[in-house]
Amino acid sequence: MTFEQIVFYSLAVVTIFSSIMVVVQRNPVNSALYLILDFFCLGGLYLTLNAQFIAIVHILVYAGAIMVLFVFVIMLLNLGDTHKLADRLNMKKIIGIAFGLAFFVELLYLLGFGTTRSISQQSPAAPEIGTIEYIGKVLFTKFLFPFEVTSFLLLAAIIGAVILAKKKIIH
Amino acid sequence: MASYIPIFLMIGIGLFLGIVFLTLHKILGPSRPNPEKLSTYESGVPPVHNARDRFSIKYYMVAVLFILFDIEVVFLYPWAVNFRALGLFGYIEMLLFIVILFVGYFYIWKKGALQWD
Repeated sequence: MTFEQIVFYSLAVVTIFSSIMVVVQRNPVNSALYLILDFFCLGGLYLTLNAQFIAIVHILVYAGAIMVLFVFVIMLLNLGDTHKLADRLNMKKIIGIAFGLAFFVELLYLLGFGTTRSISQQSPAAPEIGTIEYIGKVLFTKFLFPFEVTSFLLLAAIIGAVILAKKKIIH
Repeated sequence: MASYIPIFLMIGIGLFLGIVFLTLHKILGPSRPNPEKLSTYESGVPPVHNARDRFSIKYYMVAVLFILFDIEVVFLYPWAVNFRALGLFGYIEMLLFIVILFVGYFYIWKKGALQWD
């Protein structure tokens, strides 16, 4: 095994382990902590794919900022009593298992059953695509319109958050 | 991949030191627990009730708005790296982006969403 493979497999094992622990844990705060571990491992996996920018942004935005939101939601929903949550999720469980199986079959299909193109091969241009310079260059030239639209998306999110959380206007 | 070895080394040493200090404390430190020591520390005041209480939406508000502007800052990095190459055109693009988000900031400000009353 090469160094890359060792890094990939060790990260993959920890990622799968922490993902399972997120679902299995009874205490939502423990789930959130495992999710942080999961995000860090995913960041490492992005690094093995030469996507440095995505890796660091993933850790900054997801492990840093989105996790804060998850913890806030746990606090706001007041999930201290974990027993209340159990025994009401039967239908959700069935749907979840069905979707999970469908996704698994799709993955198997993509990984080389009956397809001509395998996703396990890396694109020859991959080493340079992930760098911050390359992303900046294409983002501000070729994908200029999606970038500008993002600002409207963020604006809509800001207004939505304010309207949802702040009913009365203060003067 | 090999260029990341220093980063992994840093993470590894950080983890290692954390584990070493915790185990050293476990081995060497005296352990004489009593109810006062085991109770939740709340700035020296005796804890009133369970910490798992409902929190005000104001905290969530600040967190959500922080994330939205955090994403804005993420877009600034690739722009800053290519600042010279993109020139005036890139500058105007980013100005447009920031102005649109500034409208959002102005809205938050005027709406008093960051006020803590």
